[in-house]
Amino acid sequence: MKVRVGHLYPDYLNIYADRGNIAVLVRRAEWRGHELEVRALSVGDGVRSGEHDLLYVGGGQDREQALVALDLAAKADGIIAAVDSGVAVLAVCGGYQLLGRSYRNVDGMELPGIGVFPLETVAGERRMIGDVLLECELEPGVRRTLAGFENHAGRTRLDVSAEPLGRVVAGFGNDGESGYEGCRVGRAIGTYLHGPLLPRNPWFADWILAQALAHATGGEPPALAPLPDELEAEAHSVSAKRAETRGGRF
Amino acid sequence: MRFPVPLAAEILAARSAGRLSRLARAGGGTTVPGKLLWKLDPDAVDRLAARLPLGSALVSATNGKTTTAAMAAEILRPRLRLAHNRSGANLVSGVASTLLEARRAELGLFEVDEAALPEVAARVRPRAVCLGNLFRDQLDRYGELEHVAQRWRGAVQELDPAATLVVNGDDPQIGDLVRDRPDAFVFGVDDPRHARPSLQHAADSKYCVRCGTPYEYAAPYVGHLGDYRCPRCGHGRPPLSARALDIRVRGLESVSFRLELPEGLRDVQLRLPGLYNVYNALAAASLARALGATLDEIVEGLERFSAAFGRFERIAVGERRLLMLLIKNPAGANEVVRTIVDGGAARPAVIALNDGIADGRDVSWIWDVDFEPLIPGLQTLVATGDRAAELALRFKYAGLDPAAIEVVPGLERALDRGLQLTEPGAELVVLPTYTAMLALRQIVAERGFVRPYWESSAESAPHFSRVGSDRSLRSGDEVERLHK
Repeated sequence: MKVRVGHLYPDYLNIYADRGNIAVLVRRAEWRGHELEVRALSVGDGVRSGEHDLLYVGGGQDREQALVALDLAAKADGIIAAVDSGVAVLAVCGGYQLLGRSYRNVDGMELPGIGVFPLETVAGERRMIGDVLLECELEPGVRRTLAGFENHAGRTRLDVSAEPLGRVVAGFGNDGESGYEGCRVGRAIGTYLHGPLLPRNPWFADWILAQALAHATGGEPPALAPLPDELEAEAHSVSAKRAETRGGRF
Repeated sequence: MRFPVPLAAEILAARSAGRLSRLARAGGGTTVPGKLLWKLDPDAVDRLAARLPLGSALVSATNGKTTTAAMAAEILRPRLRLAHNRSGANLVSGVASTLLEARRAELGLFEVDEAALPEVAARVRPRAVCLGNLFRDQLDRYGELEHVAQRWRGAVQELDPAATLVVNGDDPQIGDLVRDRPDAFVFGVDDPRHARPSLQHAADSKYCVRCGTPYEYAAPYVGHLGDYRCPRCGHGRPPLSARALDIRVRGLESVSFRLELPEGLRDVQLRLPGLYNVYNALAAASLARALGATLDEIVEGLERFSAAFGRFERIAVGERRLLMLLIKNPAGANEVVRTIVDGGAARPAVIALNDGIADGRDVSWIWDVDFEPLIPGLQTLVATGDRAAELALRFKYAGLDPAAIEVVPGLERALDRGLQLTEPGAELVVLPTYTAMLALRQIVAERGFVRPYWESSAESAPHFSRVGSDRSLRSGDEVERLHK
């Protein structure tokens, strides 16, 4: 099966090794006999509904975020239509902020978001930096952990009715107070976690891949064949321990 | 000369602390005296620096500051007694330690941490400042690149108007500092044969610092360093006062180039490899010139120079050799990879990834390094360090056969495994992050193959610069304070 990935602004939003996440998706699809076709969607490129099964957007510094914010607004209709049609989304850090409703950066500049996620972000004085561990329940009754690293000035506040990605076990999370991290809207996930996130959390890479395959086939997310993930498990365990011993808190 | 009694007493106390710490073998005790002095009286650094009869010069950059400062020291040493933090103790406390130890020095020559530059410049009041490059580096510690660049701009504005500013014009952020200081001395590379076909993935300042439009590069050399111009507002590389022309790379052995300074044109043969060392040599030549070195002294110094601590070291271990090259951020590691591949690739390689404060706690940077060119020649990767598994994943997802990856978290065992995989007479490439480099050096020192770093730092100038490095011993509070 061919899975079509639109990678938004790889030339601007790539600060925390976002290409590592893409590499993991490409290989893990390939090892199951699927093909991931990754196309860049940068400034000036249109996003048309029906052309993608997965949209990825990475992190950037304030300057790069400001450079793409206007262009993203021009893509908003296409992206929202895609999300409504069940396209999977993974948005990390700066991309997560811009897919909310708005982001006010450290200089007080208000950047418009496109409202895929029901949240708003305002940068605070102190950056939230450190290892982080979450507990997620993406399928009812199935609890799994995500280990990563966060580095953000933005305090992200979800609407009361919004669903977070996970509960913070160690680290700051969305705003350092709520005890939650990230946001989920159907098959769309936004998170501050990089590291990059997917190499050390292979179950989550497969979950994203399965959502994208579901869109590609028009069916349910398939069960993917297990892979030898010993290295991944070891990397996850070291990262999780780091969060427990030195994760950030106010 | 007489000093206020408190300062003299503080110096005495701090020096004793350094000796005690060295006796206790606590990493050489290199920054301990400076830390103590800095705690007792932060302004003592200002007074100690003011005692240097010929003043001070500062070198800062994300990559190459240790090597650049060491090259400048090699050029200046025959003529001057230097206070030089030669092995990388580059926060305020490290500068303080160096000043404490350098009793008869005439000139201070300090490499300075990027975040510490504003404070060190304000205290030391340098007569010359050399700024080399800004790349993404330890984002968990330094924050965003823009933020560091802004603080540098502020530090430049606060410099004494008579001070000489030496800048790398090939870095857009740094070249733009010339706007505030039209008399700055600008260096850069001019040899399009060595340009990369396109900007690397890890290039950082690729959008115009003035208007945000992507730069057009006539020649990108290292990361975003090169000959750039903004097609919209016209901001481009400033005119160069010093250039490197006609560069010839000789694998892992050496690199030569033609050095053009206002005084004339000379061929220089470095005993170090890599295009990035041409940048370091240009920076050192430009700074030494600003401090009064002649063209002859510059060329002789550069050609005498062999290596800076831990950056590029060949260590004989029985019948085999270790080639140790420090990796610490994407731009620097990319150049190390390019140099290794130019030199005929690595068969077995030991790569050591630690995640201490001095390495960067966030290890995501390894995914921004272009390790891929190593893969075709790599028979076995020994992945080691505190984050060995993460490093192994980097290579697994880059397409290296998992059977060729061995994860050996302990550094000593990993080193032995690497040596075991190396043919007698051959060379084992070892790429450690900073704290892993210190630990590996300690291991080979304990086996008698290399002297501990505080001894080797002292060997060529025992009275003036017995100051080792120890970023791993940096107190967390000093780092925290600087990076806010």
